[in-house]
Amino acid sequence: MDYWVWIIIGIVVILLFIVVGLYNGLVRLRNEVKNAWAQIDVQLKRRFDLIPNLMETVKGYMKHERETLEAVTNARNMAQQVSGAGAGERGKAEGLLGAALGRLLAVAENYPDLKANQNFLALQEELTSTENKISFSRQYYNDSVLRFNNKIQVVPSNIVASLFNFQLGEFFEVEVPAEREAPKVSFN
Amino acid sequence: MWEQIRANRTRSIILVTVMAVMLLAIGYFLGFYIFENGLAGLFIALVIWFIMTLIAFYSGDNILLSLARAKKIGPNDYPRLYNVVEEMKIASGLEKMPDVYIIDDKAMNAFATGRDPSKASVAITTGLLEKLNRDELQGVIGHELAHIKNRDVLLMAITAVMLGTIVILAWYVSRLLIFGSMGRSRSSARGGGGQAQLIILIVGIVFMILAPILAQLIYYAISRKREYLADASSALYTRYPEGLASALEKISGSTVELKTANKATAPMYIINPFRTKGMSLSNATSTHPPVAERIRILRSMAGGASFAEYDRAYRQVHPGGRSVISQATQYTAGAVGLREASPEEKKSTREEISRKREVEDVMLKLNDYRIVQCSCGTRWKIPPNFPDPEVLCTKCGGRVKVR
Repeated sequence: MDYWVWIIIGIVVILLFIVVGLYNGLVRLRNEVKNAWAQIDVQLKRRFDLIPNLMETVKGYMKHERETLEAVTNARNMAQQVSGAGAGERGKAEGLLGAALGRLLAVAENYPDLKANQNFLALQEELTSTENKISFSRQYYNDSVLRFNNKIQVVPSNIVASLFNFQLGEFFEVEVPAEREAPKVSFN
Repeated sequence: MWEQIRANRTRSIILVTVMAVMLLAIGYFLGFYIFENGLAGLFIALVIWFIMTLIAFYSGDNILLSLARAKKIGPNDYPRLYNVVEEMKIASGLEKMPDVYIIDDKAMNAFATGRDPSKASVAITTGLLEKLNRDELQGVIGHELAHIKNRDVLLMAITAVMLGTIVILAWYVSRLLIFGSMGRSRSSARGGGGQAQLIILIVGIVFMILAPILAQLIYYAISRKREYLADASSALYTRYPEGLASALEKISGSTVELKTANKATAPMYIINPFRTKGMSLSNATSTHPPVAERIRILRSMAGGASFAEYDRAYRQVHPGGRSVISQATQYTAGAVGLREASPEEKKSTREEISRKREVEDVMLKLNDYRIVQCSCGTRWKIPPNFPDPEVLCTKCGGRVKVR
């Protein structure tokens, strides 16, 4: 009868290993999600920092575009206010800001002098790239959230997930329909 | 992604093991014929291999970059390139920004190197950089970063070293066997083992001839498989397979050969640097899948940018073929949509204007005109007989030095 004890101990040890493995996998995915979120944050911060420079360069040329300029400023302020909030709320504010910037750059098309300005061209490259980085970091974040959520809900790991109370990740969706179709930034 | 890397890893381990066994066999033959002791040769082969691997591991990337005469750049030297690399770094989820290098060469090519994702570099030729628009550049850089992310770079370096060792050793041993065998056959004729020795000798010679070829085929097989995965990853990162497809089209249209590439480093590049010579050869001897095929697969990805879609496109191009990407990977990547071309790319008229301006400048320069740039960005074309040392910029009112 002695070896029954050993078999049970063996099974328990194997189970323990499986649980530890699943748990570590979940933690790794959760960290990936966190890291991806931090990446979005870095890029959004960059966009905040670029805007004052851009406004400074553009202001002199665009005296008659008060509305467009104000829209950007307001959207920036709004985005800053919700910078501590969750993915849903931030998505909304950032969508507005992206759309406002897109409009601003579209308007810039009408000012040939502005487009010849080296400073503006450099800012434009930075802004284009920052928009791309934001969307790529959002893409990576959403992919990570998808992987994490799948793991939480799929059979063996869902037990471990509920045991240790892993919460589903929230997707970073952009709510504004204008942003969905990407700000039309045309530099012709 | 991880499942794919793992599945690839087992396959690669098998292939690498086969190569290692071949290497050791060559070493054994070497010892057998020189020292009459196989183990001594085995030991020599191992030592050579070990040293070469160490070198490749610790300074392989530096050697490769300096062989290619690549210069390291910062964010301000080529802002667009640096930005695109950073964009793809974010999209691929790499933890550390790879170093960016530029190769001053009219040929169109790019490669990635580095022993692990935290110490990696990408290099691109100026020829390629000039010809590509942003979407295409993204596709190319995405492909290179996929090589880094999938750890292809390290594997290719290790196998390249092994291949090199096999080729060198086999060359020496086959010389020894052919020229040394006459004297030996006389001295060993006294025993009854003459015939057995002859058989071993023939087997040895055949093996020495076949081993480098076989090793090369294995090397190419590993490298080809990885090109497909890197293409698929690039499509996934950019969500825009057309970018890489049109970049590959442009690259394959160019016939300028990269001067600094050689056979061993060929698989590191996005496209075979020697394609003009070797394109008609069979697939087995190519480091890369045919470009036309890679383009066709990417263009067939109508339903999305996921691995599953790439696999579907691959099988569409190869009717009845096996899939290139494992089922497990297809599942983890999920369904993903494509995106539109970035609006910046509708700049063909702008490109035309700048090309026209370039031609104009050349003509003017031929006529001894001097071209100076004002701080506001305006360019002034100064005729050769212009008397003053400065010119007044009518745009910003500043003064521009002519001389």
